[in-house]
Amino acid sequence: MGMTMTQKILAAHAGLDSVEPGQLIEADLDMVLGNDITAPVAIREFEKIGITDVFDKAKIALVPDHFTPNKDIKAAEQSRLLRTFAAEKEIEHYFEVGQMGIEHALLPEKGLVVSGDVVIGADSHTCTYGALGAFSTGIGSTDMAAGMATGRAWFKVPSALRFELTGKPGQWVMGKDIILHIIGLVGVDGALYQSMEFSGSGIAYLSMDDRFSMANMAIEAGAKNGIFPVDDQTLAYVKEHSTKPYRVYEADADAHYEQSYTIDLSTIRPTVSFPHLPDNTRSIDEVGNVRIDQVVIGSCTNGRIEDLRMAAGILKGRKTAKHVRLIVFPATQAIYLQAVREGIAEILVEAGAAFSTPTCGPCLGGHMGILAEGERAVATTNRNFVGRMGHPKSEVYLASPAVAAASAVTGRISDPALLEGKE
Amino acid sequence: MQAKGRVFKYGNNVDTDVIIPARYLNTSDADELALHCMEDLDADFVKNVRPGDIMVAGKNFGCGSSREHAPMALKAAGISVVIAETFARIFFRNAINIGLPILECGEAAHDIEADDTVEVDLGAGTITNLTKKRTYQAQPFPPFMQDIIEADGLINHIRANLR
Ligand code: SF4
Repeated sequence: MGMTMTQKILAAHAGLDSVEPGQLIEADLDMVLGNDITAPVAIREFEKIGITDVFDKAKIALVPDHFTPNKDIKAAEQSRLLRTFAAEKEIEHYFEVGQMGIEHALLPEKGLVVSGDVVIGADSHTCTYGALGAFSTGIGSTDMAAGMATGRAWFKVPSALRFELTGKPGQWVMGKDIILHIIGLVGVDGALYQSMEFSGSGIAYLSMDDRFSMANMAIEAGAKNGIFPVDDQTLAYVKEHSTKPYRVYEADADAHYEQSYTIDLSTIRPTVSFPHLPDNTRSIDEVGNVRIDQVVIGSCTNGRIEDLRMAAGILKGRKTAKHVRLIVFPATQAIYLQAVREGIAEILVEAGAAFSTPTCGPCLGGHMGILAEGERAVATTNRNFVGRMGHPKSEVYLASPAVAAASAVTGRISDPALLEGKE
Repeated sequence: MQAKGRVFKYGNNVDTDVIIPARYLNTSDADELALHCMEDLDADFVKNVRPGDIMVAGKNFGCGSSREHAPMALKAAGISVVIAETFARIFFRNAINIGLPILECGEAAHDIEADDTVEVDLGAGTITNLTKKRTYQAQPFPPFMQDIIEADGLINHIRANLR
């Protein structure tokens, strides 16, 4: 039987000619990732193993991005644990505040992940690197400790769902809208234990930033990973950012998929996930009148340069509604700097945005924009669970940067297309 | 290994943000985490839970983030085993890796109600509802995972293998 892209990458890293869904394998790891929440637990577990050195100093990335710049004393202690461990073990890819960015935007940007890699990260959105044609998946702290010690991890080979993308998305439709639409279609456990394999001619119309935000949210459908085929755009990105050797894997023509979906991108409308699950989606035409208190643009889903460009394009010469707090957080220092150079920062600040240093911040209700009881936010983040951005009785509506920016102007969830001409 | 306790019952998609909200993740101390376990979904959980109690839920239990703090908090709060129709995959891994027993069983997840008393035999995968006098059979773990559980978690398993 033929193999999917994911299955091929796993087979190669397990030293096997072929693998089958359900098979338990041990695979070699190209990168092991942790952050300031998950790595402290992993470091303690690592120390219990009783070895002094990590398996490879160049294949571990430690990124303090969640509660940094340290939001309180406890967070500072957690960050210090990372810093000390990184220094002691001579970890090459430790990113201090000032170089740090949100891990899933940072690793591809720094060239630490390339096509064909196997990556585990103690963070559920590690699946983001599937945009590069890598197998990457979220694991817990104990798995991270084991990975740092041995350079290997156990996996159950996943079966697959195929998403055949055709057609060209409309002007205001971003990768975010496509993935929200798909999650609405299959549900938050629709891809449980499976890989989401994207294919089809529509992919050519998706930028790398679109693909990152789509692979990022595979976990919101319960998937183990989401993966895109490698094309010219992918290779251009990899070559621009990395000198690491990469490998291109292609699904076999007779690969088996549990189910195939064909999605015509030209029919997708800007899409919003209502509280309190990402699969509770509505098209922008069905949202009705939802007044909001806060707009958050950023995160590992939508804090990249194209996201900020889109927001700036909409907010240029406009003002944030009086009752709305707009918070923008670029995902990395490089994106931040580019936003400054391109004049994006200026446009956003003039529109009334709080323009933040890179951090996970409000995305997980950490700091920098927590919601009070009863408040509503439109966010370009990836989760709208109860209490995700603050008070258990607050609400988060997930949307694209275009919808978020338009909503900041009107003060209610809005279609960016309808803003045109209404200064 | 046996467990016996009173049941706390919840619905589908119990996510890691309600098991332990991110605002408490500035610590990784299990006992401190346990003080806030489930509080956004069931404010009385921590007050009412007794050591050995059992959690039963629907589909996709533990969906959301990769925080190992979620199974850690449940375990430290006193939960002896979680039974669900399905588990989110990272939660499933984490629970095994830290030694929180979990069982997948749709029939048990549907049938068991809050406050039932339930007995579980993990080795055999049998779940007995003492209140309703019914028995359900869960999927036993594959041998590979049994090895990890027998070694008392992944870290001990690795430590044994590295020697
Ligand atoms: S931005 Fe949000 S989803 Fe992404 S890594 Fe940070 S907390 Fe997690």
